[in-house]
Amino acid sequence: MTIMNTRQDAAPQVSFINDPVIRGIIYQVVAAVVLVVFFVWIINNTATNLAAQNKSTGFEFLWAPSGFDISFKVLEYSRSSSYFQTLLVGITNTLLVAFLGIIFATILGFTIGVARLSSNFIISSLATVYVETIRNIPLLLQLFFWYFAVLASMPAVRNSYELPLGSFINKRGIYIPRPTPDEQFAFVWIAIAIAIVAILALRFWAMRRLEATGKRFPVFFSSLGLLLVIVGGIWFFSGADLAFEVPTLQGLNFRGGVQLPPELVALLFGLSIYTASFIAEIVRAGIQAVSRGQTEAADSLGLRENDRLRLVIVPQAMRVIIPPLTSQYLNLTKNSSLGAAIGYPELFNVFGSTALNQSSRAIECISITMLVYLTFSLITSAIMNWYNARVSLVER
Amino acid sequence: MTDIGFVRSHLVEARPAPVRTSGLVAWTRKNLFATPLDTILTLLGAWFLVWAVPPLFNFIIANAVPPGALPEACKAPGAGACWAYVWSEMEFFIYGFYDIPEQWRPNIVFALGAALLIPLLMPKAPFKRTNAVLFLVVFPVVSYFLLHGGVFGLRVIPTEKWGGLLVTLIISVVGITLSFPLGILLALGRQSKLPIIKSVCVAFIELIRAVPLITILFMASIMLPLFMPQGTSVDKLLRALVGVTLFTSAYMAEVVRGGLQAIPRGQYEAASALGLGYWQRMFFIILPQALKHVIPGIVNSFISLFKDTSLVYIVGMKDLLEAVKTKNDSAIEWQAPNTATTGYLFAAAVFWIFCFSMSRYSRFIEARLNTGYKR
Repeated sequence: MTIMNTRQDAAPQVSFINDPVIRGIIYQVVAAVVLVVFFVWIINNTATNLAAQNKSTGFEFLWAPSGFDISFKVLEYSRSSSYFQTLLVGITNTLLVAFLGIIFATILGFTIGVARLSSNFIISSLATVYVETIRNIPLLLQLFFWYFAVLASMPAVRNSYELPLGSFINKRGIYIPRPTPDEQFAFVWIAIAIAIVAILALRFWAMRRLEATGKRFPVFFSSLGLLLVIVGGIWFFSGADLAFEVPTLQGLNFRGGVQLPPELVALLFGLSIYTASFIAEIVRAGIQAVSRGQTEAADSLGLRENDRLRLVIVPQAMRVIIPPLTSQYLNLTKNSSLGAAIGYPELFNVFGSTALNQSSRAIECISITMLVYLTFSLITSAIMNWYNARVSLVER
Repeated sequence: MTDIGFVRSHLVEARPAPVRTSGLVAWTRKNLFATPLDTILTLLGAWFLVWAVPPLFNFIIANAVPPGALPEACKAPGAGACWAYVWSEMEFFIYGFYDIPEQWRPNIVFALGAALLIPLLMPKAPFKRTNAVLFLVVFPVVSYFLLHGGVFGLRVIPTEKWGGLLVTLIISVVGITLSFPLGILLALGRQSKLPIIKSVCVAFIELIRAVPLITILFMASIMLPLFMPQGTSVDKLLRALVGVTLFTSAYMAEVVRGGLQAIPRGQYEAASALGLGYWQRMFFIILPQALKHVIPGIVNSFISLFKDTSLVYIVGMKDLLEAVKTKNDSAIEWQAPNTATTGYLFAAAVFWIFCFSMSRYSRFIEARLNTGYKR
């Protein structure tokens, strides 16, 4: 529908009904009226239905005690906590699983994506089989598989499998050592911060010198040296100690360490493995989108292999990779809601489902849940759009 | 950058011709042992295959309990996959609680669907238009009355009894056929220059895409009855269908929008110059080209819809995955260490076959329609 600039001063006389401007207005008015009538009808129906069921509405229930406990939480929570705290526990649990899942899925996805392009026949075939299998099976099925088939068939606590680094796996989940820094360890944290600042300064200076004189400075190795000297020195002289509390079998259960419940383990496994298959395809497409001529041009400029990748190929591939990668991160966050099906207490499970049943405030609970997911989406895409704008090609 | 460039002072000696460029040895050298790193990777890969494949083969085939065996065979130590269990519960996996003497009705629907769909998918088959009308209009109506009953003396079978693969297929076929046109309309609305229509479409698409399907389904199941006038009851299957269709159409709209954006302005202008109205312009000129561009994206949406049907158990529908899980938990006589794994393997195989064939078919169509871009 062209509205602007199509009419000149002496427009040929057309029938009133065929004028695109008039038509546009008529369409819009009709659409607006239909929408308003529709919403009024829905709100009216809802009000009548709620009144008939003697249900009150409003958000004051958020401060009432919830009366139920949550099996796994990062925050403090008990039966007497309010619904608002329920919401916070749900949000943090979701963020925890999304954050870890994104890290694992990115590492696995990039590895598989590069492996699929490998000239090695065995490696590329293995990667292809992985992608084609995992992508075509529903995530929920994979979660059920990990939770009800694999983790459920793990041995009882007494016969736990021992994993490397003092970790154990059994029916009740994975047990990993808990780092227990002593009081002096605060100095080490400060040292790490100082080292990072020093490395950034060094990098800045090296780039300035490179641009001015063309002389290179071994930034990577000197940064590594700085980090080792500063952090190691302070660690040694402050006498700080970082001990690990290793989980040990005592009686019927493990004592010490951190216990990752099977729900969390299954959800992390399923989400990372599933999303990685999509990320792998994105990475492959991104690398393939960089034309072969770029590699040849870099070669003919005499760039070294690692310079070629770092300065020519990867930046151009990232440009293609970032936007779809963002949607995969969002999908992973949204898909973490499937944790509800295997009993991981994430946002949808604790607030959209349990809290809803306890308080019977259906509309409020569902809309808050959706609003939180909407906020996650907006924040993620804002960050990624900013990054995308930074790396995108500057055209005319 | 003086130290990274150089100028050659003399020519490189000509290298001798390669000994062999084809054959097994040359192939292995090129694809498996090209560099030292490649050799290490090959050895790692081979080690992985040796570690993973024989146990898998033993589990799925060699030590597996074949269909028709007794439950005791699955409980024997060292027994692999329990295919006997899947075989004996197959009826439940396909039809759910659908009355056994009436199972000929879903069977007819399956046969009718296949008979109409296969020629529709074959580019060379004749009577495309009749076929499409039969499949998209006549088939759904016939199927509904066949499955639900209530006419011609057929017993009524409420949707609560439908289950298994039947429900998975119903939801995906209905979802696909409804969300496709809805998605196109939303995409056109988003591209429209009319501000009210545009903002409504943008709001709908962005809101739906920002939240998980599970919350949409939950909303459909809990809020839909509240939205309706008092006393109306909304069928559970219908609620699931509404949720899945709305969700997929938002994604479909974005895919179609990508295609629309790929069409050069000249095409719109040429169509206007021919004197075509808005809908003629869209349906005869723009959409055919736009849709051709985005076939992979459309099929991807269909594939995710097919996989997402597994979530309808949230609103109490019993699809294939739910049927398998129910039997895994409740078929007492089959309880054995590998029963659950076998059940999930079976469900995974079914989903995989459908999704994989969809993606292969899209590759085929893409290649066929790749008319303007061949070089």
